[in-house]
Amino acid sequence: MTETRDLVKGNEAVAMGAIDAGCLYYFGYPITPQSDIPEYLSYHLPKVGGEFVQAESEVAAINMLMGAASTGIRAMTSSSSPGISLMQEGISYIAGSEIPTVIVNMSRSGPGLGGIAPSQGDYFQAVKGGGHGDYHLLVLAPNSVQELYDLTILAFELAEKYRNPVMILGDAMIGQMKEPLLREPPGEIHEYPKEWALTGAKGRPQRVLKSLYLKDGELTAHNWKLHQKYETMKESEIRFEELMTEDADLILVAFGSAARISRTSVMMAREAGMRVGLFRPITLFPFPEPQLTAMAKAGKRFFVVELNTGQMLEDVKISAQGNQVDFFGKPPGALPTPEEIFEEIKKIYPES
Amino acid sequence: MSEKKIFSRPKTLKDAPFHFCPGCHHGIAHRMVAEAIDKYSLREKTIGVASVGCSVFLYDYFDVDVIEAPHGRAAAVATGVKRARKDKIVFSYQGDGDLASIGIAETVHTANRGENITIIFINNTVYGMTGGQLAPTTLLGQKTTTSPYGRDFMQDGYPIRMTEILATLEGTAFAARVAFTTPKNINMAKKAIEKAFQFQKEEMGFTFVEILSACPTNWGLNSIDSMKRVEEEMIPYFPLGIFKERKAADVL
Ligand SMILES: Cc1ncc(C[n+]2csc(CCOP(=O)(O)OP(=O)(O)O)c2C)c(N)n1
Ligand code: SF4
Ligand SMILES: [Mg+2]
Repeated sequence: MTETRDLVKGNEAVAMGAIDAGCLYYFGYPITPQSDIPEYLSYHLPKVGGEFVQAESEVAAINMLMGAASTGIRAMTSSSSPGISLMQEGISYIAGSEIPTVIVNMSRSGPGLGGIAPSQGDYFQAVKGGGHGDYHLLVLAPNSVQELYDLTILAFELAEKYRNPVMILGDAMIGQMKEPLLREPPGEIHEYPKEWALTGAKGRPQRVLKSLYLKDGELTAHNWKLHQKYETMKESEIRFEELMTEDADLILVAFGSAARISRTSVMMAREAGMRVGLFRPITLFPFPEPQLTAMAKAGKRFFVVELNTGQMLEDVKISAQGNQVDFFGKPPGALPTPEEIFEEIKKIYPES
Repeated sequence: MSEKKIFSRPKTLKDAPFHFCPGCHHGIAHRMVAEAIDKYSLREKTIGVASVGCSVFLYDYFDVDVIEAPHGRAAAVATGVKRARKDKIVFSYQGDGDLASIGIAETVHTANRGENITIIFINNTVYGMTGGQLAPTTLLGQKTTTSPYGRDFMQDGYPIRMTEILATLEGTAFAARVAFTTPKNINMAKKAIEKAFQFQKEEMGFTFVEILSACPTNWGLNSIDSMKRVEEEMIPYFPLGIFKERKAADVL
């Protein structure tokens, strides 16, 4: 049996994952570094009976997505940081109206127009809210081309399972690099019941998708219901990867492209005889807090590496429950090298 | 004694009293849209898009599936719905703040793409829901809560004529402006709304009906004077009529 792996760009892997997940509609507005996604889908969606729409703006795109997805059909959008900022009101409505959608942010650097270099400056926006109100996205942080493909398929699944928007948070590096991809479509697509989908009130009562609740106590109840959903995600959907954490004294914590670089640094440390490991959150929300807390209780120290000046750091600190957490961050510009991170490891590696 | 029922509730409207202020034209517009949907037996395949304004509770009155769009984005939401479900009839119902101010980009591009949807546009020259502030359609000299000295074109420009603008776009199949001021005008309004839904059924492209509407509450007028204001002040600036009527589906 031969498995053929094609050399594929990260952004294309997202687009392929979307097609293989049964996504039929894409709405978006061009922005670097993710334009390969709309370009690929504009070519391939019509071939599978779907449609690609180039929206007049990201504001329009997210609202078109809301409309299409409200009918129970799989649909998505993608953009990069400034475009994702524009979508925030729509994302909040989608979360409030509980419409399954997939939103990809191949983030670039900010604030403002910033630049097109890789950055993880959108962690807070993705994980802590972004739009108004008390809601959460389910946030997936792939770190390879293969994972971009696999997690895109998973994103559609999770969106429907929870009736919640799912965000894939990548960056300019993940989206634009080429790696071998094993494209294995999931076969049968799991269908969740869609007794909420707008298909016309034929032989059934009217259905309404809305986020306005003005009657006494309604909005409170709605918010608690959403909260309960997020709690269920925390129980069931935490995903992460560990590398040599078992015997480690020091554990690097990094996601996405920062985790790729950190991995090499961990190997360098191991070669130098240091017991260093890597913990990579794959879901940023729900955050693998219980796993980190357990390790903290077992006496592990954490060293957070991010392509920003310290965002996920806050969540690791909460998880560490008072244990020491060191940090190495780089704002957009030059990527940190594995050697640089290794030097930092040497400085903080616990003497004993 | 024989009685003829001349006034009955359209099937598409629920048996619920309107929450609108006395003399508000939203209620008449709701009824007329519902009647048009009934006329072509479209209720079971219609999906409505509610906007943010006094008509946000569309779903409390229309017995059809409804999605509530963010302020100004109803046309984009309707685009998404229609693209995904081409066999459905999709309409949005939007105020002038919603459609002509914050949502003008979505409106123009939806028309320009020729999306096969219907927009019902309620022009009442104010932001009704938020307390009567200046709208892009506020008439020159009109005092509102944010134009206390009257609309001055040096400051706020001229009132915008959406129907005329949209009529210039190739994607627009039907664009009309109507009012409820006289029996003749009411009849014309009814015909225009019906035509819009008929066109959508026939996949002719984007259809748009602007309704000049009274907002007695924010105009500080009673129902009768409000109707007079529509007739005497609004119609001269916003002329009634059909501004675009495509003869056949897109042949470009
Ligand atoms: C993004 C955003 N900005 C402002 C508002 C507040 N707002 C609610 S309704 C409205 C104006 C409604 O006026 P119009 O569209 O003319 O409808 P009407 O009430 O007159 O029928 C505004 C500004 C909002 N809900 N969302
Ligand atoms: S405020 Fe104006 S538009 Fe709103 S319901 Fe009252 S009369 Fe109608
Ligand atoms: Mg208004």
